[in-house]
Amino acid sequence: MLPLKDIRNGLMVAGWFVFLTFPLMVIKVNPVEKTIVWRWPNMLYVAAGSFIAYLYVKLAQKNKKAAILVACWTAYLALPLIRYFMYQDISILIWDTTTSIYAAVGAFHMILTLCLFHKHHILRKILSGIWLLFIGTPVVMLLAQAAGKILLPKIPAALHFLTPFIITIEHIQFWNWIRILWVALACYLLYSSLQTYLASKRNIMPDHLTNEPKIRWSQYLYKRPVYLPLLTFCSTFFLLFPHLFSTYQVNIMISALMYVVLGLGLNIVVGVAGLLDLGYVAFYAVGAYSYALLNMHFDLGFWVVLPIGGILGAFFGILLGIPVLRLRGDYLAIVTLGFGEIIRLVLENWNDFSQGPSGISNIDRPPLPGVDLSLEGSIVYMYYLTIVMVIFTIFVVNRLQDSRIGRAWFALREDEIACQAMGIDKMKTKLTAFALGATWAGMVGVLFAAKTTFVNPASFTFLESAIILCIVVLGGMGSIVGVIISALVLILMPEYLRAFSDYRMLVFGAVLVIMMVFKPRGLISSVRRTYTINDETL
Amino acid sequence: MEPLLNVQKLTMDFGGIRAIDRLDVQVHAGQIVALIGPNGAGKTTFFNCITGIYKPTAGHILLQPPGKKQKRLNGLKPNKVTEQGLARTFQNIRLFPNMTVLENVMIGMHCRTNAKIFGAIFRNPQTRKEEQYIVDHSYSILKKVRLQTFANEYAKNLPYGAQRRLEIARALATDPFMLLLDEPAAGMNPQETLELDNLITQIRDEGLAILLIEHDMKLVMSISDYIFVVDYGKKIAEGTPEEIAQNPAVIKAYLGEDVEHA
Ligand SMILES: Nc1ncnc2c1ncn2[C@@H]1O[C@H](COP(=O)(O)OP(=O)(O)O)[C@@H](O)[C@H]1O
Ligand SMILES: [Mg+2]
Repeated sequence: MLPLKDIRNGLMVAGWFVFLTFPLMVIKVNPVEKTIVWRWPNMLYVAAGSFIAYLYVKLAQKNKKAAILVACWTAYLALPLIRYFMYQDISILIWDTTTSIYAAVGAFHMILTLCLFHKHHILRKILSGIWLLFIGTPVVMLLAQAAGKILLPKIPAALHFLTPFIITIEHIQFWNWIRILWVALACYLLYSSLQTYLASKRNIMPDHLTNEPKIRWSQYLYKRPVYLPLLTFCSTFFLLFPHLFSTYQVNIMISALMYVVLGLGLNIVVGVAGLLDLGYVAFYAVGAYSYALLNMHFDLGFWVVLPIGGILGAFFGILLGIPVLRLRGDYLAIVTLGFGEIIRLVLENWNDFSQGPSGISNIDRPPLPGVDLSLEGSIVYMYYLTIVMVIFTIFVVNRLQDSRIGRAWFALREDEIACQAMGIDKMKTKLTAFALGATWAGMVGVLFAAKTTFVNPASFTFLESAIILCIVVLGGMGSIVGVIISALVLILMPEYLRAFSDYRMLVFGAVLVIMMVFKPRGLISSVRRTYTINDETL
Repeated sequence: MEPLLNVQKLTMDFGGIRAIDRLDVQVHAGQIVALIGPNGAGKTTFFNCITGIYKPTAGHILLQPPGKKQKRLNGLKPNKVTEQGLARTFQNIRLFPNMTVLENVMIGMHCRTNAKIFGAIFRNPQTRKEEQYIVDHSYSILKKVRLQTFANEYAKNLPYGAQRRLEIARALATDPFMLLLDEPAAGMNPQETLELDNLITQIRDEGLAILLIEHDMKLVMSISDYIFVVDYGKKIAEGTPEEIAQNPAVIKAYLGEDVEHA
């Protein structure tokens, strides 16, 4: 169990969090009525939440498996409660969000067990799981049925999910599969818990832990049996997305996907080549305005300007790169930051050129030849364009990283002096990284202008650069999968946190801080490629 | 015969400090030449001047690549110097720690290959062939320094002695005709030092000239063909190992008791 020291530290952490969030969570000023509302219960929630979270993290550091189990149990037990609070009713468990989450928890636990266990262990586990499921289900069913019959009139609605699994009305049986699944999950979790408990009692390391080298979980992502189904699932999901969700959701997803491309672009500069660029948004602006202006003055179409935007981005990348790439680290960061602001200020103040702060509107959406698109249709079309863009970016960036140039970028990040001493032209390598990164920003800029049909300088503030940088850092510098995930999380999370309105940014910030504390190398740290060499021929 | 490397009156000032003072050094083809001297004598600085990391205050660095025109190295960028065929290792190991051992060597081949962005994206047959050549050749170099079993290991995970050998492998990958080794035996145990001794002689026998900075006097005396001794940035003696071992100035300035053991 956890020692007293952890509990003491947990209390301190809780106190600290209460202090930090006090002005936001507890005090609420009503400027109209000039009153202050003190929301004390909130303080309690923060304290309890951070305390439990801290203990949980401590547990996770000590004993990964126990932590996973605790998480599964918590989710398992909490969901009916959440459901109760949300709908005031859990008497009928139909196949809905709750049950899908149940299934997901089970599947997640299943996958983890599959990943974490030694080969013969998996088999044993699955077999015993199935076995338990078989004998466990009827037993629990009978018990629940009996309990339900006797107690149903007496128990509150909150516990109605304990009612029978087979509903018999006039001799017809309806199998309530969801409840069976739910019980099966319980059996499975129970079995895992028992096993872990016994293993810890006997104080024997499970054999898979002793004789296998420690592998980071992110590495499992790259294993065939894991990533193939995952890839299939993700691609189906993203392909069907516009048909499953509303236009509003599709719109959000388009911008998230744009950030994926931006993140992958900046990843070349910051993650791979190690050049801290805080003005990346400038190239994004260059792309957006090049489409806006060329479309306005010369009536050039989307497809013509897309490559032009990319090339202009690269051009500006080189233009900025030549003078500043002599600088390193912090100095480079400051100068690029300045550059980003200069571009924005130029766009804001040079009215004749860019129409100033009011921006440029009525930009053409990308046309689909031969089809007259409705607004909704054009959004769906835009979505697929963005998807194509994302796939194209992943393809190119992946190939670039795994090439002579990509290796040079990585080496440059690792050690500049050694890199030069090995015959790599520092300036040229940095410039290609800068220019290629900027190319993507330019192209996404064009896409952005076409999506919103309106650009103004307010879309290209430093905050944008900071968010894109966050995406790269959080994703794990240089890791493509990590950047994709973190872009989706960072852009989608604030959207879906709107339900928490006031606390949205607080939660967002907390997630960032927690991430950086516990996973400083990002969600998924990049793994270097390994080569197989046929030794015989050499 | 014209020396491969001919350094004349090389001087390097750091502000008021003169780290190297009118130093003359020559390295001939097929030789192992050692540069020795007490700590702070300016040996590493000398390497840094030759390889373009520092710009020397005065003097000439003349390189005579075999079969090519003589070239003055002063003011050349480090990567240009490497392209001329002069490769080096570092006293404080400077590998690429988060890249694999094989990749470290592959980086060394950067300046001898030329796939561009186009090739990287489209992977045309030419690029693929070159890439295969890089992998195969790097692997064969790893075999030479006996690190092939670590090929896919991260460089930072290697033991110290292996890291030093990897630095040599990486330098060899740049296809040099002359190798500058800065204290390659530092931190090695006697067994590792012996193996290093063999490796250096083997490289020499394959036709490379070697300029070596080393503190291990046994190693220096046993493998070098010629020795330069520096102190406070000045050359105080030069000659064959036998001559150096007998030179009173050297004994006084640097070798002390060591010479009796050598
Ligand atoms: N970049 C530098 N700036 C100032 N002084 C330096 C620099 N590099 C080396 N020195 C000085 O030059 C002298 C020689 O150093 P170094 O070449 O490292 O000696 P060695 O390699 O022979 O032990 C030392 O006094 C050192 O302090
Ligand atoms: Mg030194």
